[in-house]
Amino acid sequence: MTQERQFCLPDVGEGLTEGEVLKWLVAVGDTVSVNQPLVEVETAKAAVELPSPYAGVVSSLHADEGQLLPVGAPLVTIGVTGEPDPPVAEAAASGSGGPVLVGYGVTESATRRRPRVAPPSPHGTDRPEAGPPGEPVKPVRHGGLEVGRAAEARFATDGEPTVVRAKPPVRRLARQLGVDLASVRPTGRDGTVSRDDVESAAALALSDASSGGGSGRPMLGDRREPVRGVTRSMAAAMTESAATIPAVTEWVEVDVTRSGALIERMRGLPEFSDSKVTPLVLVAAACLTALRREPKLNAMFDAEAGEIVHRSAVNLGIAVASDRGLVVPHVGSAEALTLAELSVALGDVVRRGRDGTAAPADLVGGTFTITNVGVFGIDGGTPMITPGQSAILAFGAWRERPWVERGQVVVRSVSTVSLSFDHRFIDGATGSRFLRDIADILEEPALLHLWA
Amino acid sequence: MAIPTHAPDDGFVQLLTPEGERVENSDFPLDITDDEIRALYRDLFLVRRVDAEATALQRQGELGLWAQLLGQEAAQVGAGRALVSGDMAFPTYREHGVAWCRGVDPLTLLGLFRGTTNGGWDPEEHGFALYTIVIGDQCPQAVGYAMGLQHDRAENAVMVFFGDGASSQGDVNESFIWASVFNAPVVFFCQNNQWAISEPLERQTRIPLFQRAWGFGFPGVRIDGNDVLACLAVSRHMLQRAREGAGPALIEAFTYRMGAHTTSDDPTRYRLDSDVEAWRLRDPLERVRSFLHKQQLVDQSFFTELDEEAEQLAERLRAGTRALPNPLPPDMFDHAYAEPHALVDRQRAEFSQYVAGFAPEEV
Repeated sequence: MTQERQFCLPDVGEGLTEGEVLKWLVAVGDTVSVNQPLVEVETAKAAVELPSPYAGVVSSLHADEGQLLPVGAPLVTIGVTGEPDPPVAEAAASGSGGPVLVGYGVTESATRRRPRVAPPSPHGTDRPEAGPPGEPVKPVRHGGLEVGRAAEARFATDGEPTVVRAKPPVRRLARQLGVDLASVRPTGRDGTVSRDDVESAAALALSDASSGGGSGRPMLGDRREPVRGVTRSMAAAMTESAATIPAVTEWVEVDVTRSGALIERMRGLPEFSDSKVTPLVLVAAACLTALRREPKLNAMFDAEAGEIVHRSAVNLGIAVASDRGLVVPHVGSAEALTLAELSVALGDVVRRGRDGTAAPADLVGGTFTITNVGVFGIDGGTPMITPGQSAILAFGAWRERPWVERGQVVVRSVSTVSLSFDHRFIDGATGSRFLRDIADILEEPALLHLWA
Repeated sequence: MAIPTHAPDDGFVQLLTPEGERVENSDFPLDITDDEIRALYRDLFLVRRVDAEATALQRQGELGLWAQLLGQEAAQVGAGRALVSGDMAFPTYREHGVAWCRGVDPLTLLGLFRGTTNGGWDPEEHGFALYTIVIGDQCPQAVGYAMGLQHDRAENAVMVFFGDGASSQGDVNESFIWASVFNAPVVFFCQNNQWAISEPLERQTRIPLFQRAWGFGFPGVRIDGNDVLACLAVSRHMLQRAREGAGPALIEAFTYRMGAHTTSDDPTRYRLDSDVEAWRLRDPLERVRSFLHKQQLVDQSFFTELDEEAEQLAERLRAGTRALPNPLPPDMFDHAYAEPHALVDRQRAEFSQYVAGFAPEEV
């Protein structure tokens, strides 16, 4: 006889919550043996092959390639003939079906559930509690220490717990993002508020605030798409940035005619034959020189520790639009490079960012970011600071414009540079000096030498 | 005997080449019977099967974690088989091969990685201490144990296992000093598998690790960690030397971690496939297999029977792991102290009462 056995997505990496199905290695109808690889799954930690716990015939695949599955969700069902192997790794078909991982998973939910605590009854007996639908009303008995009982009872009302359950890191995140935990709908295990719950509440609060509310109202024909990958990291980073960094933005128009001429000269020099010299190179060089004069813009405000972290190097991040979305690879220790080396390094990170081949190490640990909105034909804006950094510079398109010089209107090449900085520890004077330095260098690139 | 004072850059003691050719080394002669070589191959083969099955069980959600030993079988079996009754071994968390040689049932190891035990075996019974997760922590304990043997005037030795990453730890270096100064009967067995999680060896040291021993005042020797015969011969030699009162020694078994650091790690993010391929040619099992073939020490039935034995072992582990009993919460108090302890007893009673309060009331 054949028995259907379900294999659920295990936590293959100590505390993971989800995994993406990369590739199925078997199809419905295939006969599989024990430990035969079934599927390739990518988690936050690694891409791994999952071997079959059963020998039998694949009767259904429960996820498509590219689908993100929570740990504990059914992955594949296998029809097993012969010996009845104890199906330990299966999620309880009846319901709560926690993650299947031994040691972290939820089993025997009926007996392991945390007791709900009712206020002390005047009659000195415990009150009955409504069970899940379909189950008889069960009396609740409270055990444990008197102190714990008293404390829990204080927070309880009429059988419904009002104590919000969330882990300490989630509570801290909620504080950082200004989210009231009690207002969040918990979706985590055992009714806890998860990190995702808090982040989406924060994102909702932001979009409500900006659109006057009601942005989430569905319309006929709407399509829903799971947020994942680069978009997901972008959402988290931007939410954190908006919620935790009080930033101000300043901008200034610059006559970049001399810079343009210098770039033309550089393109002809043998030192720069290994790379394509772009305005980004000069802007980056200007930032590096200005950062040496105002190193605070490369520092970080660590609110938790109440400290300012002065960086030993400039890891110069460049915001790059890739097919997958915004990525910010950086040039490590950029301050130590010559102009020619910088040009090669910038070309490299931009290309790798665009191709999606940037190494993980290139994507974290930046200390200052430049975003080139000029490539989109834009002049300026209010760029958002990458969490962990203190400033971001946007440089706009270089265009020919009328410009007044010594009382004469002349045609010059003009651009705008916009700077957002963390106003918690960088005051307006410092931020303005820094931006002015950059503008001065772009107007007169010889300052690169004078201020070197 | 003369301990080589300087090895050439790529020099190490090797008694069996990757091609399965036997070579002699006058410093470390090995007297070994055909039966013993066959038995070593069986150890290597079954240990690898245990490792593969445990890795699969982790991927199936049956274990929380597994630290693979793939590639390090020879180092562990060679060292493990050099130990004799009364010797004590202090492992890291990856010494499944040594555990095998010390008679610890692999299923007991899996209990630890399933989270059903905090240890699982009696260290005294097996001469094999509990796994240590903290890097290098077992080294001071091993030296302390060795000093205890000295006080007992016991004619045994201690072998302590650690990796290239641990060689940077203060605990390990302090252990070297204590062992040296007190002439403790301990052999430091460093499996240099080239990677401390994702940190390559060149970030741990400027000189070959075994050469550090001279600075501490005892001999060090580098061996081909993928050659089970070299590992056995040099381990036997150094252990015997320690038992006879000649003090500590450092063995650097030059090997390679073919798998991930643990099942939570993805080595493709930090190392090249081509490096792994190069090491595959130095596989610790293949050279013994090839030697057995060439010397006509075995026929095909030897391998067929071994295959069957390995399959049975794997099946026993699969079924056994799923059937491992979950511990009761108060069990965690059991091994806090060897002797009864009033405070722990009181805590156990309070905790049991607290846990009992979660049970639904009988109506």
